[in-house]
Amino acid sequence: MAKRQGYEGVAVCVPVTVPYTRYSIKSAHWFCGRALAGLIKGAGIDKNEVDGMCVSSFTLAPDTAVGLTQHLGMSPRWLDHIPMGGASGGVALRRATRAIQAGDADIIACIGADTNHVDTFRQTVATFSQFANDAVYPYGSGGPNSSFAFLTDHYMTEFGAEREDFGRVCLAQRQNALPVAHAMMKRPLSMDEYLNARLIAEPLRLFDCVMPCAGAEAFLVMSIDRAKSLGLDYVEVMATIERHNAFPEDPVQYRAGWAVDVEDFYGQAGLGPEDIDLMQAYDDYPVICFMQIEDLGFCGKGDAARFVRERDLTAECGDFPFNTSGGQLSTGQAGAGGGYIGVVETLRQLTDQVQGHQVENARHGLAAFFGMINYDRGLCTSAIILKRADA
Amino acid sequence: MTTPLPKPKRKDPVKRTRKPTMPPGNRSREAQGLASMAARGRFALQTCADCGAVQYPPRQICRECLSGDLHWKDVDNGGTLLAETTLQHSNDLFFRDRLPWRLGVVRSDLDLSMVVHLAEDCVPGERVRLSIGLDRAGNAVMAARPEKPSSGEEDDLQLREMTFDPKNRRALIVDGKTELGLGFAKALLKRDARAIFVGVAQPWKASPYLDEIRKLEKVTIYDLDVTDTDSVEELAATIGDKVEIMINNSYHLRPGGLMDRFDINVAHDEMEIHYHGLMRLAGLFGPVMRSRGADGQHGAVAWLNVLSAYAMVNNPELGTYSASQAAALSLSQCLRAEMTHGGVRVVNAFLGPIEDEWHQLALPPKLDPIVTADRIIKGLERGQEDIPIGAVAEEIIERLSENPKEIERAIRL
Repeated sequence: MAKRQGYEGVAVCVPVTVPYTRYSIKSAHWFCGRALAGLIKGAGIDKNEVDGMCVSSFTLAPDTAVGLTQHLGMSPRWLDHIPMGGASGGVALRRATRAIQAGDADIIACIGADTNHVDTFRQTVATFSQFANDAVYPYGSGGPNSSFAFLTDHYMTEFGAEREDFGRVCLAQRQNALPVAHAMMKRPLSMDEYLNARLIAEPLRLFDCVMPCAGAEAFLVMSIDRAKSLGLDYVEVMATIERHNAFPEDPVQYRAGWAVDVEDFYGQAGLGPEDIDLMQAYDDYPVICFMQIEDLGFCGKGDAARFVRERDLTAECGDFPFNTSGGQLSTGQAGAGGGYIGVVETLRQLTDQVQGHQVENARHGLAAFFGMINYDRGLCTSAIILKRADA
Repeated sequence: MTTPLPKPKRKDPVKRTRKPTMPPGNRSREAQGLASMAARGRFALQTCADCGAVQYPPRQICRECLSGDLHWKDVDNGGTLLAETTLQHSNDLFFRDRLPWRLGVVRSDLDLSMVVHLAEDCVPGERVRLSIGLDRAGNAVMAARPEKPSSGEEDDLQLREMTFDPKNRRALIVDGKTELGLGFAKALLKRDARAIFVGVAQPWKASPYLDEIRKLEKVTIYDLDVTDTDSVEELAATIGDKVEIMINNSYHLRPGGLMDRFDINVAHDEMEIHYHGLMRLAGLFGPVMRSRGADGQHGAVAWLNVLSAYAMVNNPELGTYSASQAAALSLSQCLRAEMTHGGVRVVNAFLGPIEDEWHQLALPPKLDPIVTADRIIKGLERGQEDIPIGAVAEEIIERLSENPKEIERAIRL
């Protein structure tokens, strides 16, 4: 493989969240537009200074990023549309970083946004992909609930994880979400409530499942020089990976692309898992958090249950601060916005702009991403390591 | 073990009859290939002509060698159940009406992972038997049952949605006084049908088969002449809301061709019975059945037409008869499209010559009517959409798909 160039000189800054609502009569364009407004306000720049844009959204149809440029009155010289659902944020960051380094754009707005009308979610899952239309949705029409029920059932059987183990992740994330204003879930969650919640798709119960909502997550990518001249707090990029349709021979998914690229990943950063101060993982269902913890080297395969039993995942006082804003399980899943939370929250933590609990003395943040259950498994994975600017 | 099917309770007349809902029907063109395999009760998947790789879900390009040459081939249907769930929530109305719903991921012996409708008695980690069925919307779906068939497995409530098992159901046999009609009555009784209505035209004509039918239990005989709109309307008004399986066994065969036996009256009778007869039955029984597609234990499920294999290609020795059968076949496709909205599936059986007085001059092999009726009901029980019976019907289908012009010229079956 060709030697990869580093990510020097690139700054990621201005974390923006357009507050979530369970349902909205606004369009995805509105959420993208409000995100962009937040970005330029946060950076103190004019809209015309944003000359690159990367968008991810499930509900922008029939438009793509292309239509959005006219909608928002922009003339970017670099444009990308990343349809990778939950994996979009890491990939957006990765591509924007290279565009900045190459000089193809000066300031890139990366936006993950979706609306959620009353029937949006059903329509999205009913027409998700050709394989899903043909070979999944007609089977009970459970949407991601049934797909993740399979993965969870298989994982529990294979590795002996218990429901309590998944519950630990959900409880800690809820605690992290409590001070976060836009979080959908406002009350603490007890293990008893978690274990005895309404059954959705065995073994999944209510609090194993994300709540779809409307909202947006966004950030800017530019050169460090530019960020400095604008007086912005920023983080630097140390490592990025992406992988699609890894391990196609596995009968049921129990690992994903991170496991293929994990060595390369830490190699780029010159770090190991022990150097990571906080982790954001894609979390529409807790089993996928387990896979990320394992595949990114924090413990061995099948060991995540033990790992979360031994570690404290809270942002406030944990020794493994995890999904420090509460993740999607507690704040809600704003469509493709959920695929950008990892970048935005890591950026907040490492620039001291948190909405919830600040993780103390954090220098290196890892965010992992997962998306697109095209048929029986999620196809897209990515991961990034960001570092505090002064570190 | 499968929970035995509960005896249907008397319908509460005050309760609203549920409106039929359909399972999701949005399928790609490639996936419709599965439906054509399911229609015939085959377990076939796309297989690459170049490298032999078997594919699922259906697609247009081989996942191994990128060949564009994929063909449907019968394949092994064994597998192992790797993961399961029982849905308590669904995004679709059809399933919401029927929750909980059990699903699984099966690793087939061909190393393909398949999401399946799962029989109640499948055990995680154990061997299963896969099949392709047709759901209430007529679309192909995968189902898994335990590897070894067990008695009573057809009672599985969930998989019963994809078959037409006569158990606990009420059926009407149109033109029941033929030997085939007797065969249907016996085959339905053997499978624990709840009631059998037998329609009989020209009651003054004696029939030894009708005499035998009268001796069977659960049977009620009614006047029914499919050439008489009033007669069909009267019976539809009497029992239309009780018919869950319609067996259109109308049969009127008089040998002869077109010029060789130029007889408008005979041709007219054939059309009147096979084509207009089907039309009258469909027009008067169809709407009631369609509205009862989701009536719980009393729901209408299937409409079976007993057709000749010569509906698919004209046999000049039975020229006008074949034409009337072709007309009925065409009309059955219209009926299928219209019945789909109610989830009532239209099934056609295609018969070769049967052993009866009108087939005296037909060459063997000829079908024994009692055995034929039993095989047709078996196809119904399995949820097939096309049920070819006998070597003649099988051969016609095969030759038609291979070279329709050849069989048209050479047909002498």
